[in-house]
Amino acid sequence: MRAISIIFTRELSTYLRSLQGYVTAALLLLVDGVLFQTYALGDGARLSADVLQNFFLLTGVLVQVAGVLLAGRLLTEERQQHTIVLLNTSPVRDYEIVLGKYLAAFVFLVGMIALSVYMPLLIMVNGKVSVSQLLVGYLGLVLLGGSSLAIGIFASTLVRQQFAALMVGAVVNVLLVLLFPMARRLDPPLQGVFEQLDLWWGHFFNGFMKGIFNLVDVVYYVAIIYFFLLLATKTLEAKRWQ
Amino acid sequence: MIRVENLSKFYGGKRALGPVTFAIEVGETVGFLGLNGAGKTTALRVLACDLLPSGGVVSVDGIDVVANPHEVRKRIGFLPEFPPLYQDMVVCEYLTFAGRMRGMSSAEIRKRLPTVLARTHLDDRADDIIGHLSHGYRQRVGVAQAIIHDPSLLILDEPTRGLDPVQIVEMRNMINELKQSHTILISSHILTEISQTCDHLLVLREGEIVASGSEEELSAGLLEINKIVMTVVAKADAERPAEGEAKGAEDGEAKGDADGDAAEGEAEAEDGEAKGDDDGDAADGEAEDDKDGESEKDGTGGYKDVIACLEAVDGVVSVEAGHELHQRARSYRIECTHDLRPEVSRAVVEAGHSLLELSHGHGELERTFVKLVRGDGDASD
Repeated sequence: MRAISIIFTRELSTYLRSLQGYVTAALLLLVDGVLFQTYALGDGARLSADVLQNFFLLTGVLVQVAGVLLAGRLLTEERQQHTIVLLNTSPVRDYEIVLGKYLAAFVFLVGMIALSVYMPLLIMVNGKVSVSQLLVGYLGLVLLGGSSLAIGIFASTLVRQQFAALMVGAVVNVLLVLLFPMARRLDPPLQGVFEQLDLWWGHFFNGFMKGIFNLVDVVYYVAIIYFFLLLATKTLEAKRWQ
Repeated sequence: MIRVENLSKFYGGKRALGPVTFAIEVGETVGFLGLNGAGKTTALRVLACDLLPSGGVVSVDGIDVVANPHEVRKRIGFLPEFPPLYQDMVVCEYLTFAGRMRGMSSAEIRKRLPTVLARTHLDDRADDIIGHLSHGYRQRVGVAQAIIHDPSLLILDEPTRGLDPVQIVEMRNMINELKQSHTILISSHILTEISQTCDHLLVLREGEIVASGSEEELSAGLLEINKIVMTVVAKADAERPAEGEAKGAEDGEAKGDADGDAAEGEAEAEDGEAKGDDDGDAADGEAEDDKDGESEKDGTGGYKDVIACLEAVDGVVSVEAGHELHQRARSYRIECTHDLRPEVSRAVVEAGHSLLELSHGHGELERTFVKLVRGDGDASD
């Protein structure tokens, strides 16, 4: 636990010191604001709940992208700067390295997501939305972002270059999203398996967008996060044997 | 302290190291010598628990690196080939981070930090950002992070890589200071660094240890001879007039030389060249190869007396004369079956020659190194 905290602190300070973290946050908020204005609000009259649902959908996609961007550097940068050796030769376990880094990126991402709260507040001021929809929606964003980060950190354990890690992370995310439409063209039992694994926003994320708290949805995202963090840890371990 | 038995490491299907077996005792300073790709870095990374071995047993203080790498890492300080430095951190902040990663408490780090900064001569750079430091200082920070937790074993992979000559000397001095309190493993291409800092050498070639021992043991053991380099003014050369008078007196001296080198004179007579050449040099032996021919131009041939007197010493295998140096002196390279410095110096002096300098052949380690690491039989030149 101590090692996790040391790595977490170091990694979070890197995000706060580096340009990359701020650029990613600024881009996310800028694009989110533009999309909110253009698509979520729309031209005609809409129910506030629908506007908020659209906001969560658009922000969800952006959070997924931000997760990949933030996590891509986590281990590739350590390898490029040769600092991974310091971590590898210190008395810390591989899962502590992965968790410390993951948690730092997660906290930074949650901060970014929190900065988007002015948009739902605008809806609240000009319309009527339930606080529960707002809270559950943000819980969904956090879980979706966390999943994307876990995929990103796994990608960063696989390759040496940050750009390659971004590509791998993006491809895994897209493939998981596309499992849903793919499942519709398949026969059981594959159809059932694919349907339960996809990251399609209209599936497990759907309830969050509408403000419906469903434990199955939460378990799904937690399972995705656990699975990819485990893969990242095992990849780090395996690299010592290679 | 370190026991390595049949250690091997494969990258994919390619063997990078082993099987190698060696042991290092507490307080020893051991050098890993080898060309690029010989397996030095792989061996050090396995010992530092950065990599796990493909086969064999490695233990540090009796603790197995595979079964309990965590415990082994606490005992080791590792400076890899590229120092693991976070460019955005301040030196002190970085060393604190490194200390905490090694399990030190904040109080322990505060207490230890001044000592580490002093030993690595970083006192005046403690508040600098690492990214702004020169290469030499970064290397020192690399050493500082390796010793922050006061490990019993220090592993330094090419610590002088990329340093300028002054920095190399500073780093060497630093390593010599660290020797007092740590067992040290060093790998380097710089042979003088290895020979000046290490008690024991392990020479690696293509992943295998091809030789082990001290510099002297390696030189003598591999070449099975000792080499001595001496600078001598031959008696005949000492009696030769100074350079300005030499031209006018050449004929007269030539006679004296010809007398002294009757054997060579006879040899020359056979090919007729001596007869056609009426100056003194002719007597020095133009039947010799070109090299000797050149040597004769700058001397009287007195070197042959020296060679003869050296070859007469029991145990001398061969004697090779170099070009004439300043003040008529000439260097001689002697190969012998064992250390014959007392005998050869006595022989030279008793024959009336002037002995200016005598030493074990400098650069022998380099010759030995090249011979060992290349795996060829001709490394002498």
